[in-house]
Amino acid sequence: MSVPLSAYLILSAYLFAMGVVGVATRRNALIIFMSIELMLNAVNLSFLAFARFLNSMDGQIFVFFVMVVAAAEVAVGLAIIIAIYRNKETVDVAELNLLKW
Amino acid sequence: MLNSLWLIPVWPLLGFLVNGFFGRRIGKTAVGTIACGSVGLSLLASLGALGKLLARPAEARRVEQVLAPWIGAGNFQADWGLLLDPLSAVMILVVSGVGFLIHVYSIGYMREDPDYPRFFTYLNLFTFSMLMLVLANNYLLLYVFWEAVGLCSYLLIGFWFEKKSAADAGKKAFIVNRVGDFGFALGVMLLWTSLGTLRYDQVFAAAPAQLVAGGGVVTAITLLLFLGATGKSAQIPLYVWLPDAMEGPTPVSALIHAATMVTAGVYMVARSAPLFTLAPLSLSVVAWIGGLTAVFAATIALVQTDIKRIVAYSTISQLGYMFLGCGVGAYAAAIFHLMTHAFFKALLFLGSGSVIHGLSGEQDIRKMGGLRKHMPITAWTFLIAALANAGIFPLAGFWSKDEILYGAAAGGYGAVWALGAGGAFLTAFYMLRCYYLTFEGRSRVEPEAAHHLHESPPVMTVPLVILAVFAALVGFVGVPPEHGAYHRFVEPVFAGAKQVAGHAASVGEVPMAILSLVIALVGVWLATRFYVWRPEIPARMVERYPAAYRTLLHKYYVDELYDALIVEPIRRGSLWLWRRFDEPVIDGSVNGIGALIRIGSLALRRVQTGYVMSYVLSFIVGVVAILGYLAFWR
Repeated sequence: MSVPLSAYLILSAYLFAMGVVGVATRRNALIIFMSIELMLNAVNLSFLAFARFLNSMDGQIFVFFVMVVAAAEVAVGLAIIIAIYRNKETVDVAELNLLKW
Repeated sequence: MLNSLWLIPVWPLLGFLVNGFFGRRIGKTAVGTIACGSVGLSLLASLGALGKLLARPAEARRVEQVLAPWIGAGNFQADWGLLLDPLSAVMILVVSGVGFLIHVYSIGYMREDPDYPRFFTYLNLFTFSMLMLVLANNYLLLYVFWEAVGLCSYLLIGFWFEKKSAADAGKKAFIVNRVGDFGFALGVMLLWTSLGTLRYDQVFAAAPAQLVAGGGVVTAITLLLFLGATGKSAQIPLYVWLPDAMEGPTPVSALIHAATMVTAGVYMVARSAPLFTLAPLSLSVVAWIGGLTAVFAATIALVQTDIKRIVAYSTISQLGYMFLGCGVGAYAAAIFHLMTHAFFKALLFLGSGSVIHGLSGEQDIRKMGGLRKHMPITAWTFLIAALANAGIFPLAGFWSKDEILYGAAAGGYGAVWALGAGGAFLTAFYMLRCYYLTFEGRSRVEPEAAHHLHESPPVMTVPLVILAVFAALVGFVGVPPEHGAYHRFVEPVFAGAKQVAGHAASVGEVPMAILSLVIALVGVWLATRFYVWRPEIPARMVERYPAAYRTLLHKYYVDELYDALIVEPIRRGSLWLWRRFDEPVIDGSVNGIGALIRIGSLALRRVQTGYVMSYVLSFIVGVVAILGYLAFWR
């Protein structure tokens, strides 16, 4: 008795949508950052589910890549957020509107 | 020595590099020693080359060396090639010999100048370029160094560039020369398109076969080349830069604007003798321009009061004689005059430099007079040079000028001969006038200048004496006329160009020589009468012929004419283009495009809110739209 593929995909889609909404609505840069991680992991979940059901290692390998990239991204992103905080004393993206015309 | 011709020009190049990069650090003594030593080494190398050349039989006196290929494109080929034959041998001896003496003289003349290293750097660069110019074995290399000596001339005329008149004179020389060089460049291009080669030996071998004698092509080539020569050698109509070039330091006037660079045009015409022989029309143009310039410049020299300008107009006049010689086919005589002229005219310039030095910068001969008592060496050497220039037997100028006039008469160019003879009379007159007003009579020196009046130091007078010895004696290498040692050496170079000139009229050599001597002596006598025996005559002449005097004093208003005809229209046209075309049309269209884009962006740039959320939102909407399109509509 195993969990069907659709269940994994639904969970994955749910997680991904949650990430998207988080990125689009939250104003704290750290939360936005965590939401992005959530989206990445939602994708990882669907990769793993397909790998298991198709009996293929390709998806597993992709997950490793995604995790490496995500780790690098966390390092860089957190550094940027810290730098912004030191400069502006805030991580509220609504107040970080330097890229304006 | 003949296997390494590069040893001749390389020393001044090294001197240029060392003085140019380290001149300020190694001190004046070292700079002077390096500069003079390098030219001295070139002189030794040139003498060695001459010795080796003389040791060969007459028909084998031609050495050509290709140091390295330079440009090779398709069937176009130009090399770093050197050619030594009797013609270039004479030229390198003049350049390095007179150049060496002038370098030594400059040590004394420029001693007080703060830019001493820069001066010798330029001087060495010039010597290198000039040696390469006369040693080049093709027209393109000739052209390159032709421009290089023009550059050095510009740099040295404007050596005291903080003085506006000097900077302007430098620019004038450069721009006027551009006109001539433009013609020269066109001539070289036309030569290449019609013959497919620029090497002298190949050009002269191919020209008689491939170009129609007297035809349009060869006439155009030679006239264009001659246009270049009128610029560089200061002939009508492009002579106007040379008198102004006297703004440069006097050794520069002696080296560049008397002895060497200005003779490059004569050298080039003589080098191209086989081409000019094919174009009789060009030859007569050369002869006429030369003869007219000889007289024209001499008349201006009659009334000038700046000692250097008198000598400058004399240079233009003497260069006219050289072209006259080339034009009537007496190439060897023209080069002979080039050589003797280099000595006596360099001496005249260095002598005037010595006077200017002694008078703390005074150049006006009306404020001189009686200087012989104070500077005897300068006075005697100046007198020798003036007499040599005037063509008095047995000084150098007599032999060479007589030979040119004889060539003109023998070639049947009666009118040109008359011009030359008239010029010879004027030359004798103005040279002696210059000498008398400067060195004889009552002193008109201003008191504070008289206070410092002194003979120049030995480093300046010794070159004067050596040059005087040459100015007196160098003519004897061409004795007897037309058959002297000089002619046996140089004449074979022009063997191919000789026949056409021919001897149309039969005139005796000795009567002709006596006639030209008498003409010169009349000039000397008249000058003596005007400025020694009856000094009131010149003033009376001015009163009686005020219009003629003013015309001559203002140099026939040629500068004013050129200003009105060429400079002013170009200036106005440029102003008009600037105000009416450049500003509204070119600037306007550029600014207009910018303004258009700026106005167009006013609306669009509102999209850039700077809020991350709005960017993310548009991002999400975009992704959903694309995915939706891919999933449902495709």
